[in-house]
Amino acid sequence: MPIAIALVLVAVGSVAFHLLNPWWLTPIASNWHYIDATIAITFWITGVVFTAVVLFMAYCVFRFRHREGTQAAYQPENKRLEWWLAIVTGVGVAAMLTPGLFVWSQFVTPPKGASEFEVVGQQWMWSFRLPGKSGRLGTTDTKYITPENPLGVNPNDPNGRDNVVIVGDDLHLPVGKPVRVWLRSVDVVHDFYVPEFRAKMDLMPGMVTRFWFTPTRTGTFEILCAGFCGIGHPQMRGNVVVETESDYQAWLQKQQTFAQLSASAK
Amino acid sequence: MAEVVADTVGSIGPAEVAEVELYHATSWLTKYVFCQDAKVIAIQYSVTAMAIGLVALVLSWLMRLQLAFPGTFSLIQSENYYQFITMHGMIMVIYLLTALFLGGFGNYLIPLMLGARDMAFPYVNMLSYWVYLLAVLVLVASFFAPGGPTGAGWTLYPPQAILSGTPGHEWGIILMLASLILFIIGFTMGGLNYVVTVLQCRTRGMTLMRMPLTVWGIFTATVMALLAFPALFVGCVMMLLDRLLGTSFFMPSIVQLGQQLSYSGGSPILFQHLFWFFGHPEVYIVALPAFGIVSDLISTHARKNIFGYRMMVWAIVGIGALSFVVWAHHMYISGMDPYFGFFFATTTLIIAVPTAIKVYNWVLTLWRGNIHLTVPMLFALGFIVTFVNGGLTGLFLGNVVVDVPLSATLFVVAHFHMVMGVAPIFVVFGGIYHWYPKVTGRMLDETLGKIHFWVTFLGAYAIFFPMHYLGLLGVPRRYYELGATAFIPPSAASLNVFITVAALIVGAAQLVFLFNLIWSLSKGRAPGGNPWGATTLEWQTPQTPPGHGNWGKELPVVYRWAYDYSVPGTERDFVPQNQPASAPTA
Ligand code: HEM
Ligand SMILES: [Cu+2]
Ligand SMILES: [Cu+2]
Repeated sequence: MPIAIALVLVAVGSVAFHLLNPWWLTPIASNWHYIDATIAITFWITGVVFTAVVLFMAYCVFRFRHREGTQAAYQPENKRLEWWLAIVTGVGVAAMLTPGLFVWSQFVTPPKGASEFEVVGQQWMWSFRLPGKSGRLGTTDTKYITPENPLGVNPNDPNGRDNVVIVGDDLHLPVGKPVRVWLRSVDVVHDFYVPEFRAKMDLMPGMVTRFWFTPTRTGTFEILCAGFCGIGHPQMRGNVVVETESDYQAWLQKQQTFAQLSASAK
Repeated sequence: MAEVVADTVGSIGPAEVAEVELYHATSWLTKYVFCQDAKVIAIQYSVTAMAIGLVALVLSWLMRLQLAFPGTFSLIQSENYYQFITMHGMIMVIYLLTALFLGGFGNYLIPLMLGARDMAFPYVNMLSYWVYLLAVLVLVASFFAPGGPTGAGWTLYPPQAILSGTPGHEWGIILMLASLILFIIGFTMGGLNYVVTVLQCRTRGMTLMRMPLTVWGIFTATVMALLAFPALFVGCVMMLLDRLLGTSFFMPSIVQLGQQLSYSGGSPILFQHLFWFFGHPEVYIVALPAFGIVSDLISTHARKNIFGYRMMVWAIVGIGALSFVVWAHHMYISGMDPYFGFFFATTTLIIAVPTAIKVYNWVLTLWRGNIHLTVPMLFALGFIVTFVNGGLTGLFLGNVVVDVPLSATLFVVAHFHMVMGVAPIFVVFGGIYHWYPKVTGRMLDETLGKIHFWVTFLGAYAIFFPMHYLGLLGVPRRYYELGATAFIPPSAASLNVFITVAALIVGAAQLVFLFNLIWSLSKGRAPGGNPWGATTLEWQTPQTPPGHGNWGKELPVVYRWAYDYSVPGTERDFVPQNQPASAPTA
């Protein structure tokens, strides 16, 4: 008997906890509200299934508990019921997968004309690179990395000369503009994670990874590392400042380009 | 409706293979230590696995103390914390659950349930245990090595695992890789044995479709392990070469803390593919034996045949096969080609269907049953709840786009603890309460068992259910401390304290279980050979505990499936598998 009550409590309590607890997704600051919508759909479907299964168990345990003289039914199979359940499950799964894949196809297709920036990870700090007037990011290689060229920009590539290099400082982005992110690590796996943007991506050493998003509200958002990268992993923080176009341009003017940095180092 | 699948009268052919000469122990040492009897090996495996599992449990307390009270314990520094999570995760998954289900339950139950005298290759079986023990000792040695055990996380991702920013990069990682290699060697010896035994050593009448689901689960898991472990094996060997000889299998050119390292050209993502090609099936290597065992527990203690036996078998086999084509759902944000996401999300969600069928069939077995709320039954019910919960959150993480915000957060930690931590452990407990009287001849104390169940069930749920919401909020996993983080409200810290208190209480309940195991060995009630009224062969042995060779002069002959409970018109509410159709039922 206590177990039947406990099962009911688990089912009801889980639903109540879900509805009442103060911990939920952080308010979104990017275009990926579709992701939040898919999470909501998934919560609905899985919540109903969980509650139904646990309450059904509670009923069975109560109703069919052993008492003097009771006997179980003998019923090896019920083909119709089994197929019916399989089909309903298939439909439920499809109801979650379809919107999921639909949003994923958006996730993997950056819009034309998106601006871009690069994130570079190293133990345990974030750096960034933005294209300059030419609008292009120069090539890079870890072998070019020196104290003067911490991001390993190819000094022989003319496209890299006007790139804006930000080491150990905040990244700024204009609000409302789609942006492609290129990610690169010079040592171990890190992961660029801003909870308010929803999107995150690993920085895989030896590769350049990518994703895109559009910041949709101004503010300062904290960057966390979500890829375990050694003892400094929780301390690997940074900030993204999303601001209006004019504020952004004002900030951009003050930043140093790769050429300026190399010149001042000489 | 009640179409009876299990033919109660089948033609039983004559024995085809003559009885083989059994190995006989000649001294104390070969009887209890270097023993080739699968039952002794099973106990050796189980005791070793539980002993090392206890270490993992203690580590979880230390981790939880740090998360609830960051900065309070000077003994838990950042590097210790990472060493603890790594060893905790690896021990729990590999050295406890895999070893216990396959080496422990597998060794004990396969020959007995199939009516065999022993495993097909007893000597190799014995070696398997000793190599496993060596693997455990090498793992334990890393706690005492200079620099301590590795803190690379149980996934051991390079380059980080072998570089200086990670604790234990000196000796810990080498010992870890060596230990895994040994484990796999040991497992392969045991695993080949289980497969051959199931295929070749079944007694007369024991067709594949009459095998108890326990054997189906362990058998399928073993086949999977034999196919999956080699990927981890080569991954470990290659990383060992990278670490010791300076090869660059997984190491691209790297600048660490301003230093150009001598590696170049390797691929860290290759390791992730190898790891998860093993790692995902591993989840099911742990889950399938649990599925099988729990089916038998539910059926026996509800006095009702398992519902949809054939569907259950095909679901086990189907899940086993499908689980080899879903591995990259652990890598959605690794930077692999994003178009893989479509494929892996689809395969992953398809697995939900056979998995759901299993759940339906368990609860439908309860329907119109005669449910005895014994301790094994309680744990089986606890398993269904936690498994359903964890399985459903898997639908979040498998659906690629939903995984993007949730991956690497505490949502993942909560999910996998529910589905492959807590749920299989409940089956381990249920299984131990169920078979202990067969193994030792005595019952575990029921009151202590109920205390153990209630605290563990409610406590584990209280630990891991709320944890999902910290993950939704965005709290990352593998964080030694959260520090000042603007989007995380102070209430999250209170929840962390609550979770830690629950974890310590659950931990204490395991000590009650441990006490019960030892105390009942001499003080438990002696209930006779078949206390639960079970149908399967292991309960029909002439002696309890079963003697050397398991059976008397003659091997048992099987006349029916394993689930003849409450058959209409029979006197008792169960009919053992070896009872002929015509024989009187009393
Ligand atoms: C009451 C029992 C348990 C408690 C309190 C517990 C607690 C924890 C904690 C606090 C972490 C670290 C989470 C983080 O990264 O922030 C962790 C990680 C982990 N646990 Fe458990 N755990 C328990 C049982 C288990 C069991 C039974 C398994 C078996 C599958 C398991 C497998 C793992 C794994 C694989 C990790 C990941 C390690 C890593 O990130 O490298 N745990 N556990
Ligand atoms: Cu990092
Ligand atoms: Cu990190």
